[in-house]
Amino acid sequence: MGEHGGVKRLTDLPAGGRGVVRCLKGGKDFVARMAAFGFTTGTEVAVGQNYGHGPLIVSVRDTRVALGRGEAHKVMVEESVDGTGPENQQPG
Amino acid sequence: MEQARRISSPGEDPIVPEDRVITVALAGQPNAGKSTVFNVLTGLDQHVGNWPGKTVEKREGICRLNEKDLRIIDLPGTYALSAACAEERVARDFILRERPDVVVVIVDATALQRSLYLVAELLWLPAPVVLGLNMMDVAERHGVRIEPDVLQAALGIPVVPMVARRNQGIRELMSAVQDVVRGVRPCVPRRPAIRQDHRRELESLCRVLTGQVPAPYADEWVALKLLEGDEEITALAGEWLSSERWQAIETILAQHEDGVVAIASGRYEWIGRMVRAALVRPGAGQVTVTEKLDRVATHPVLGLLVLLGLLGSLFWVTYAIGTPLQRWLDASVVHAGAHQVRAALVGRPAWVTGVLVGGVIGGAGTALTLLPILVIFFAAFGVLEDTGYMTRGAYVVDRFMHPIGLHGKSFLPLCLGFGCNVPAVFGARTIGDGPQRLLTVLLAPLVPCSARMAVIIVLAPVFFPDHPAVVVWGLVTLNLAVLALMGRALRRFALGGKHLPFIMELPLYHVPHAGSIARSVWHRTLAFIRNAGIVILAGAVIVWTLSTLPAGRIESSYLAALGRTMAPAGALLGLDWRMMTALLSSFVAKENTIATLGVLYDVTGGDRTLDESIKGTLTPAAGLAMMVVQMLFIPCLATVAAMRAELRAWRWIVVEIVLLLVASFALGALVYRVALVLGLGA
Repeated sequence: MGEHGGVKRLTDLPAGGRGVVRCLKGGKDFVARMAAFGFTTGTEVAVGQNYGHGPLIVSVRDTRVALGRGEAHKVMVEESVDGTGPENQQPG
Repeated sequence: MEQARRISSPGEDPIVPEDRVITVALAGQPNAGKSTVFNVLTGLDQHVGNWPGKTVEKREGICRLNEKDLRIIDLPGTYALSAACAEERVARDFILRERPDVVVVIVDATALQRSLYLVAELLWLPAPVVLGLNMMDVAERHGVRIEPDVLQAALGIPVVPMVARRNQGIRELMSAVQDVVRGVRPCVPRRPAIRQDHRRELESLCRVLTGQVPAPYADEWVALKLLEGDEEITALAGEWLSSERWQAIETILAQHEDGVVAIASGRYEWIGRMVRAALVRPGAGQVTVTEKLDRVATHPVLGLLVLLGLLGSLFWVTYAIGTPLQRWLDASVVHAGAHQVRAALVGRPAWVTGVLVGGVIGGAGTALTLLPILVIFFAAFGVLEDTGYMTRGAYVVDRFMHPIGLHGKSFLPLCLGFGCNVPAVFGARTIGDGPQRLLTVLLAPLVPCSARMAVIIVLAPVFFPDHPAVVVWGLVTLNLAVLALMGRALRRFALGGKHLPFIMELPLYHVPHAGSIARSVWHRTLAFIRNAGIVILAGAVIVWTLSTLPAGRIESSYLAALGRTMAPAGALLGLDWRMMTALLSSFVAKENTIATLGVLYDVTGGDRTLDESIKGTLTPAAGLAMMVVQMLFIPCLATVAAMRAELRAWRWIVVEIVLLLVASFALGALVYRVALVLGLGA
């Protein structure tokens, strides 16, 4: 899926940015909760909204999910530079 | 309770052959359309309550199918089956302990991958699973095509495509359920396994657990939950196992901290295999209606405007339709009824009339006149939930709610509190998550409702003729500050302060379905009458009895006596027994304060108005203290009844009343002292 732009926090991806989840930096409860919403390592995510403050909207596994900033901060993603992810719809 | 019926299998027990009631548990993630399925199945024949000892809603109903009754249990909507929240514990405990004959899981066809996560967990529990593939129409509109037969073959359990909102596929779903119960349709699920690199650890855990796990738990499920770090199962296993075995378990777990990741990955690998053949998906890049609408609805500024606009229209509808209806009911039903009863009771002792007219008719009238407003709020909430907007509203205000220990979902219910606290309490039902909902219910009475505003709007100009608006504004601000402080304190000290991650699905927008909204309005209204109506009636009778006995006059009544015993507390605030009595009478309805003061200051007898009489006995400082107490005083009877109906436990309500009593008097006293220092004592 094209070249990658290094590992960063999900909060650092701009709206329209895409990435692949590399790890979740939290306790077991947090990891389990995130997994139930589709966030696991290797999953492609697309940021639909990120205003630099407040919660984010992220598309993951056919679902739009609102994610608190604190929670998004704990998600490490590898940014996809070319943005040709196969799964998620491109938000505006 | 169902145990006995279930154990007796046909043939063994001649009294209950074939006829035993089949129990079907409905599971599903939130927004998958589970409630719609439940409503279609059970019609109006359902019972709404709470799960024992939990603030989680329990819905149960009977579905008549081919001359047979099926008992349908609506499990709470959950994304998974961990121990992290009450809803998930309730769902899995029910399946484990009550062993339903079949678990029907409703899956959202538009989000198949994520929805199957719950199925991956359910297949490990000891009940056959039938999968209802819902919202096939929406999926098709979005270009997602699913082959139910292929999915069925892959999963090894019956898969029924359906559109619950249009009543399509539900009959087929239920006949699949009956086939599974009768054993004519195979249900041999292919369960997900843990990720390859953790299989050995799982096996060693299972070996240690062999023979140690009591029914209804299964070794492998327990092993999986231990690896996941499930608090509840970890604690239970600690009790079941000898210390040597427990040590062995702990050693394995300590080496594999990432077990939870391996299990989740294993589940998604399995999901990938299941959907690979069944899912025919279109090319990416399509901008959906939902995304277009969300550009406005979730925008930090525009989204707030949308939310405030909706809230404004809701209040407008309430005042334009609800309030006139309320007045009409009050005049033509309550007052006319009271008049009739009074006429019929001529010559009887005054207390009989007082209790019957004031207590019974007054109490029933309070419940009755609340109905128009409640129906409007229930309908509005139904529409907002059904369209999918509710989560957007919650998203936009989320950051403003964190400082008071709440999430965005509490915003709308609490806002309703400005109209009336009762719908605010009921509105908390939409929050879903237990502690959040409890906290919202407990904070709702601190939102200044219109009845309390009416009282301070009358009293403020009496004591502060020059600046009544400033005083009213100050009181409202103080009230909201107390709300924020109490929210933080309760979150921190009473609810464990546990930070629940804020993750919320934003479902696709739907056109609301009138039928399902009407049904939910009907059930909620019925539940209000059944659960809250009786408490309101009883409370009104008690307070009215206290305020008329023994002599039929409030000034010499037991209520006034109670007011007199409270006078020493009132003295700290510069208030006399009459003010205390007025506060007590405001328990039935907040607006009673003014009416009681009118009677106690004998407005009709003398030639002075209420303003003059009160001003003659109270200093501005005491007046201010009175208003502070009035604003923060214990919730009104209808609100208490609503809280009781929602929380199903008096414990928290008692805590709440004590907290508010202390807070209102302490703050009243503080304000009084400060006001004295500022020279408002004369």
